[in-house]
Order: sequence, then structure tokens, then C-alpha cells
Amino acid sequence: MFNLDSIIDVAPYSLNKSEKNALYDDAFFALTQHHYENCKPYRKILNALSVDPSIKQDVTNIPFLPVRIFKEQDLKSVEEFQVVKTMTSSGTSGQRPSKIFLDRDTSKNQTKVLVKVICSFIGKKRLPMLVIDSKVVLKDRKQFSARGAGILGFSMLGHDVTYALDENMNLDVEIVEEFYRKHEESDILIFGFTFMVWEFFYKKLKELNKKLPLDNGILIHGGGWKKLEEKSVDNNTFKSKLSRVCGIKKVYNYYGMVEQTGSIFMECEAGYLHSSIFSDVITRREDFSICDLNEAGVIQLLSLLPKSYPGHSILSEDSGIIHGEDDCQCGRLGKYFTVQGRIKNAEIRGCSDTFSEQ
Amino acid sequence: MTHFLNNKNVHYLLGGEIDATRLFVPYDNLLCDFLNDLSLQLRKCEVASSYPDVITFAFWCRRANIARLKEEYSSSHARLGLGTVFHITPSNVPVNFAFSFCFGLLSGNANIVRVPTKAFPQVDIICFAIAKVFENNDYREIKLRTAFIRYKQNEEITRLLSMDCNGRIIWGGNETINKVRQLPMPARSVEVLFSDRYSFCIINAILLNALEQSDLNRLVEGFYNDTYLMDQNACSSPHLLVWLGKESSMAKDRFWKTLSEVILEKQYRMTHAGASDKYVQFCNDAIELDNLHDVKVYGNTLYCITLNELPSNIDEYRGSCGYFYEYETEDLKCLSHIVNNSYQTLTYFGTDREYLLDFVVDNGLLGIDRIVPVGQALDIGVIWDGYDIVKSLSRIIDLQ
Repeated sequence: MFNLDSIIDVAPYSLNKSEKNALYDDAFFALTQHHYENCKPYRKILNALSVDPSIKQDVTNIPFLPVRIFKEQDLKSVEEFQVVKTMTSSGTSGQRPSKIFLDRDTSKNQTKVLVKVICSFIGKKRLPMLVIDSKVVLKDRKQFSARGAGILGFSMLGHDVTYALDENMNLDVEIVEEFYRKHEESDILIFGFTFMVWEFFYKKLKELNKKLPLDNGILIHGGGWKKLEEKSVDNNTFKSKLSRVCGIKKVYNYYGMVEQTGSIFMECEAGYLHSSIFSDVITRREDFSICDLNEAGVIQLLSLLPKSYPGHSILSEDSGIIHGEDDCQCGRLGKYFTVQGRIKNAEIRGCSDTFSEQ
Repeated sequence: MTHFLNNKNVHYLLGGEIDATRLFVPYDNLLCDFLNDLSLQLRKCEVASSYPDVITFAFWCRRANIARLKEEYSSSHARLGLGTVFHITPSNVPVNFAFSFCFGLLSGNANIVRVPTKAFPQVDIICFAIAKVFENNDYREIKLRTAFIRYKQNEEITRLLSMDCNGRIIWGGNETINKVRQLPMPARSVEVLFSDRYSFCIINAILLNALEQSDLNRLVEGFYNDTYLMDQNACSSPHLLVWLGKESSMAKDRFWKTLSEVILEKQYRMTHAGASDKYVQFCNDAIELDNLHDVKVYGNTLYCITLNELPSNIDEYRGSCGYFYEYETEDLKCLSHIVNNSYQTLTYFGTDREYLLDFVVDNGLLGIDRIVPVGQALDIGVIWDGYDIVKSLSRIIDLQ
């Protein structure tokens, strides 16, 4: 069986294409067999696809699960008693949330990998950390929302973790001011979800006409651009406007999903998302064939982490473009890509929709 | 009575104030002449020629077809329209509104038609043609009784229009019907509702297998039109294919293979969202269906799930964009216990239609309102969904 410990000390962006392929062919062969043996629904899907997991094959031929299936089915590859945490996605209104079952191992690996990936960007030293969110999202420690899990995961990277928003999502300027006065001499790690940072931090500061001296801050944010796209805020706008209210210069976006917590894709200095050795991306066309470089397609996400649930290969509902592999100008190895947003909802034809269209 | 909404959110594409003080007799000659002129107008319009759905509509309106309908209609009583009919038509089918209008008109009514919110070129083409025909003063009386409006979903507007209409047609789905039904109409008014329905197809395996390839191609093209033209979302598009006969694997293989070729030939455009939906459904089926026997996938545009046994709730398993279930049986009887009132259209090939009719009537089935050959699933008409729309939207003057 593939063991993550065998690569946990390898630098996250240090394997070239052929090294990574060799690793993934072995690891995915093992992971797929593991889930096939331990998760009955997963086994049924592979059987229906006539895929025999005991035959080793190219990682690109290993089936993926559609991300929505985690909303519709309970999928786990461990016994109930081994589940220590269940993570749920926020889920847009009316939808069932995703349910991800974690055992001790998978949960631990998520944290380890997250720390590895982030540290390679911001250094190993623990920094004082400001969270642009409210403490209330962490209420229930057994039942984690994706937001709560994200905050807790990232909190491992900091000390003096301070929450900038009160329970009503209002920015507590006093707390923030006290925090940066206390850590004037140090770099500061700021973490938040993209939309929250924009809505409750940037906009509030702007409204108050307040400038914070956070020049020594490093912001890491993720969670998707959907809500900001509606407001025509793109990554560049986000960075420049934010820098105007708090002087922050180091801003890193990340891409990831609750179904593959830990093995996130960080944005590099050149503006591309990167797959580390713990994760990979493939883009696919409408017929699920593999896209060429620079061709937009639906994003398939691979992760070496999921062992307690069959989430090692997932077809997202996001559209993206892979721009290259091993040759990003930032110097990191691995594929680098950008995300375009959600795949367009098909214009539903048929006579069952006279009302819902706005 | 007038029904003009002076509201900035309502855009009148055609007509305005409605004068419904006088009504027509169903299939009145004036109405038939008008539709024939509309047909001519559309058929000579160059832009229209590139829209097959507009052309289909134009042919439906032509004199010969309306005359045939009139003959089939034959009422033993004198009849007149009800008054003003308010039509809520599908937002995602470009020409359905025009058929709905014709049904309301042929019943003898004044009509307010809510057209799709989306700016389909077909809507403009048809409205323009109608406006053109209205230039002929002979049709003044119809013109005074016609309005085409567009508005974004707005309960207040729908409420105002419902308040004093004499008939209301709602083209589904169930959610829309339930919402609009909350909005009151006058006590003496009639509603024609098209709810969500389920449709399936029966094919005689032996006869299909006996077809020459060219005939099979024609049949399969018909099936393609029944399903892929509307991404399988029309209520009359089949989701299930029942093979009549035994050991029909050869027939099945030929059929699905030919269909996959037709899909290519017709250049059916698969979307990411459609591909994703189908894959999710496939995974759910693989997990949940205990009687799943086999899965055939042809290049993502065509999934076929072979079932060993028909679950009684098979009507809840609906595909889209080319996702089908198939089941083989020697005896139709096995279907009689599962047909409920959501079953609408049965498309058939190679079975005697009288036999199918007897199957429905003799077994007193709760559902199946239409039995039509493969290829005609989407052909809409005045008899639809189990209603005679013209009779539903007209009243009888009883004479003793």
C-alpha cells in the first residue's frame, strides 16, 4: 500500500514530469485498489465501468468520481468507528452539502501536507496569524464545515491566532489594531476566504476610510471567485484594491476543495496555480478526452491524500486551462494552471421550466 | 373588458389592449384563413427558413392541416370561445408559445401570450410575421384580441393577468404550476395545465433486426429527433426503451450503434454541464440500481443502462442529453402495474398500434395519453397531454 510518509519530506515542487508520473502510477494503482476493496459504492461504479483495478494502468485512465457524488452518496473506505471527523461543504442553497469522512490517518495527512505546501511559500517559522472570519464557524468540532476545517487547518501555521470578525461578521477594528501593534516587528500571516476578505475586510475598511499598516502581512485566501465574479472583481483587482487599504503586498490565492482538503494548489508569483507532488490536475473535454496545453476543459483533480474516502481522483465542475508543466517562470516544477470558473450550466431545453428563469 | 398592463416590466411585442367583448366559433373560417396567411408569410420569409422549428410551425398552420383538424374536431353542440386566455409558455422552447397561441385562437378566444424571456430569434420572426398578416384589415377582429408580452418572472404581473382571464394555460413544470395556481382567477374560468410527464418507447426487436440499414437509419433518426433535439427534456421524449422480444442483443447493438453514428452525423453538441450531469447519474445508478445488468457508453454522448428488472418507480429515472434505460420483455403486461398517471407518450416501432391502444384501455391504465410512431414524439397538436385543448378552452351552448 502506498504510504504518504514515503514522500512527506520531499520538497513539494521538486519532482519533474517523469518522476511524478512514476510516483502517481504506483500510488494510484494502490489507492484505487484500496478504495475498490473497502468502499462498496466505489466498487460498484468501477464494475459498471468494467474497470479492473488489479490491472495497473496509466493514471489518466483511472476513473474519476464526479464531485457532486459526494453530495448524493455517503462514500467511505473505512469502518464507521474509524471516522474521527466528517467534513461538510457549505453547499449552495437547496443543495445537499458534500460529506467527507476522515479517519485519523487521512486527517493527519491533510494537515501535514497543508503545512508543507504553505511553508514552502512563506517559510517554516510560525507567524502571528489573523483570521478574517468569525470564531463562531468553529462551534462543532466533530462536524466540520469546509470553512471551519480550512480555518483550523491553516491555524496550524500560525500563533496568537486572532479572529478579525465578530459573530455578526463585523470587522472588529480595535482587535485588528491591537494585533498589528503587538506584532509590529514580525511578518503577519493573514488567512481568509476570498469572498469574506473582500466583503467584510476590504469593503469595511474602505467604508470606514481606514488604512491599516499591514505592509508586513502575507495573505493566503481561497474558496473560489464565484461571488466576486458577479461583482466583476478579478484577482488583479482584488490584489490592488486590498493593497490600497492595508498595504499588503504578498497575496496568495489557492484553489482546492473540501473533497481534497490539504493538497491545495497555491498561486505562484507568476500568477499560476501549481500542483505540488501531493496533487495533480488534468483538464478534459466534453467527451472526457484530455485537453491539450492551453485548451480550456473541465478540471480533474488528483490527490495522494484520501484514504478514508474514495476522493483521490475527482472530476470538478470548474473549467480551467493547464499552461505548462515543469517550466513555470517561478521555478517550481509540476503543472501550472488557471481556473476560469464554474462550467456553464447547460441551457436546459424542454418544457419543464416556465417559471424558474429570471 | 380590457387587459392592458401599463407596467415598465412588461414589454408588448405585439398588440396591447384586448377587446374580448366578442368571441369566435372554434375553427371559424376567419381563423383558418388567418393561420394559412401566417403560414404563407413564414414560408416566404428568408430568415425563417434557417429555423427548422419555425418551418415546422409554418407547416402546421397551413390550410390543409387546419382543415384536417377542423374535420376531426366536429362538435355536436354549438360552441364559442371562453373569453381571454392567458398563456404561460416555456422559457426554454422557442416556438411553443406560437402553438399555444394557435390553440387558444382556434378555440375562439382572445389571447395574451407570455413569450420566453430569452431572446430567441424565432420569437421575433414569428411575431413579425403575425404583425405583417395583421396589416390585412380582414383580420382586424383577431388583431384586437391578441397580445404577445414578455416579462421576467414576476408574481405581481402574473397575478394581474390571471385576475380577469377566462382561461389560463401553463406549460409546466410542476413547480411553476403550483406557484401560479396560488394566483386566483375569476370563479368561472378554466385552467389547462401541462405538468411534468414521463415518456417511453417500445421497439419490436425482431422487426428492427430485420430492417435494412437504410431503413434502420431512418428509424434511428426519428428516435434522435424525439430525444436529442430537446436534450431529452421534453415531456414526450422517451427515457426508457422497452425491447419486445427475447434475445434481442443483436437488435440492441445495431440500434445503439446506429444511434451513436447519427449523433455524430448530426453534430450533436455535448456540453460540459450535460456530460457532468450524465456522469453523476451514471455513478448514482451504478450504486443504487440493484438490477443494473450492463452499461453501454458511446463517446459520452450516449449512455445506455440495461436493466434486468423494471423497478416500479422507473418513471423517476429520467435521463437528459442522451441517457437511456433499456429493458427486454416478451410480454407488455409486465408494464401494466407500473404505469402511473405521469406516463404521457408511448413511441413505438414494429408493434400494432391497436394492440398498444388495447393494452392501455383494456388494462384501465392510469397513464399513457399518446401512442405515436418513433419520430413523432415532439409533434405537438390540439390534442395534447390527454386533453382536447380546443374543447377545453371553449364552451357549449346547449340547445334542447
